[in-house]
Amino acid sequence: MSAPQRPTRVLDRDEMRRALTRIAHEVLERNGGSEGVVLVGLQTRGVPLAARIAALIGQFEARAVPVGALDATLYRDDGFRAAASPMRPTEMPFDIGGQRVVLVDDVLFTGRTIRAAMDALNDFGRPSHIQLAVLVDRGHRELPIRPDFVGKNVPTSPDEEVDVRVAEIDGSDQVLLVARKGG
Amino acid sequence: MSVETGGGPADGVVSEGSAGVRAAGRRRHVLDLDDFTRDEIAAVIDKTRAMKEVLHRDIKKAPALRGKTIVTMFYEPSTRTRVSFEQAGKVLSADVINVTGGGSSVEKGESLYNTALTIQAMSADVIVIRHPHSGAPHFLASRLGSSIINAGDGSHAHPTQALLDLFTIHSHTGSIEGLRVVIVGDLLHSRVARSNMWGLVRMGARVALCAPPTLIPSDFRDGSLRRPCHPFAGVEVETSIERALEGADVVMALRLQLERQRAGHIPSLREYSRTYGISGSRLKLARPGALVMHPGPMNEGVEIEPDVAHGARSVIEEQVTNGVALRMALLHSLAAQDRFEA
Repeated sequence: MSAPQRPTRVLDRDEMRRALTRIAHEVLERNGGSEGVVLVGLQTRGVPLAARIAALIGQFEARAVPVGALDATLYRDDGFRAAASPMRPTEMPFDIGGQRVVLVDDVLFTGRTIRAAMDALNDFGRPSHIQLAVLVDRGHRELPIRPDFVGKNVPTSPDEEVDVRVAEIDGSDQVLLVARKGG
Repeated sequence: MSVETGGGPADGVVSEGSAGVRAAGRRRHVLDLDDFTRDEIAAVIDKTRAMKEVLHRDIKKAPALRGKTIVTMFYEPSTRTRVSFEQAGKVLSADVINVTGGGSSVEKGESLYNTALTIQAMSADVIVIRHPHSGAPHFLASRLGSSIINAGDGSHAHPTQALLDLFTIHSHTGSIEGLRVVIVGDLLHSRVARSNMWGLVRMGARVALCAPPTLIPSDFRDGSLRRPCHPFAGVEVETSIERALEGADVVMALRLQLERQRAGHIPSLREYSRTYGISGSRLKLARPGALVMHPGPMNEGVEIEPDVAHGARSVIEEQVTNGVALRMALLHSLAAQDRFEA
C-alpha cells in the first residue's frame, strides 16, 4: 500500500447547508407538505441533521415538524460489536402511528443500521410510511434498502471511511473521505 | 448530556483484577468495582441512561439478547436484586432461569462448583450469583467459561448496587466529582458500602462514613488506610451523625442488618435509631436538596424515618427502577459478546 493519503473533502459547510436545504424541499414535495411528517434522527450524527432539516421545513412551511432521536443498538445484527459500542438515549416524544416517518442518518453504507432502525421504529407504532434521508450515500449495500433523499452520492472503496462532522458535535460542518487506518 | 471522563487521581490504582475479569480488552465479569476505571463507569452510566428509556416504552422489549441464556443463582434471600436481573434479561429478550438454594440440588448437598458446572453445561452465557460467602463469584469466575456477575457476596461486594447508586446520583447532579457523599450505618457488614466506596472514590466524590465505633471496620477506625496512595486515604470516618451530615450532597442510609446484631454491636434498636437514624431534623444539616438513598430493604423507624424515606428528597424508589436499567446495560455488555472459551 502507498503512504496514507490526505483526507479529501467531499462537502464543505456551504455545500452541506445546500444539500440539507434541498432535502428539506424534497421531503415537503414528496409528502405534499409537512402535515403528518415526523423526522427521526439516528444517533449520533443523524440527530442534529434531523433537527436542521426540521428547522428548514419550519422556515418554508410555517408549521414545525416533530423531531425524535433513535438509537438502534439493541436491534443490530452484530451482537459482539453492538455490545461494545456506546448507546445514546432514544427520544420519541410523539406517537408515530399513522405518521410519515423520515429517518435521517449521516452516511448510508451497508444498510444494516437502517434495517435495525426500522425494527426499532416498529416497537413504537405503525407508521403509514417510512422514508430515508441521508447526507451521504457511499454505496456497498448489503441489504435491499435505498434512500429516498440523498445529500450527495459519494463513490467509495471499502477501504475508505466517510467522516461526517457536524458543528453541534464536532465543532465544524464538513464531510471528509479518509483512508481507513491500516487499510 | 455526557458523563465526565478522563482519569482521576484514583485511576492509578485500578487493579487488573483476578480471575480474568477482562479478555481481549473486553470486560468478561463484574465481580466488584475495584477493577472499574473511571471511563468504564462513565460508559456504564451513559448506557444505563439509554436503557432506562426502553423501560418507559409501551413495548418494553428489544431483541438484543435473543437466544442468550442468563442463570441467576441466589443462595441468599433477595427480592429486588433477583427480580431486577430477571426483568433486565427479559426486556432484552434473553431466557432467564432462576436457581435458588431451596428446592434445588443445593438442598441435596451439591457443591457450589458442581451446581455451577451443571448450569454452565446448559449453555449459560451469564451467571448471576448471590452467595453468603465472600469470594464465591470470584471462585466461579476463575473456573467457568460463562460471564459471572456478582449480585452480592457475603459482606464483601455488591457492584451492581453501587453502579445503580452512582447512576442515580449522576442523573440528579450531572457529575459526581466533588460531591460529599455520607454513608451511614452498619459499615462492618455492608457490601453495599464497600462497593460504593470504590465507585464513589474513583468518580471523585468526597466520601464520609458514619457509624457507631463498633460498626466501623477496624482498618478504617485505626487509620491504617491513611497511607498516601491508598485509594481510601481520603475517606473521612465520623462517629457523630451531626458532623457527618454537615454539607452532605448525598445521604446514603444502610440497612441495619438485624440478623447480624446478636453480636452486641449496638445496645438496642431504639438507641441506634436515636443516635444514627436519618430524621427530618437531622437532614436539615445536609445541603438543601441533598439526595436521600437507601439500598433496601428498609427498616423504617430504625436507620431511616418514614417521613424521610418517602419524603421529597428521597430517590429510593428511583433506585429500584434504575437498578433494572443498570442491569440491562451490564447484561448487554457481557452477554451480547460471543461466548468465551473455558
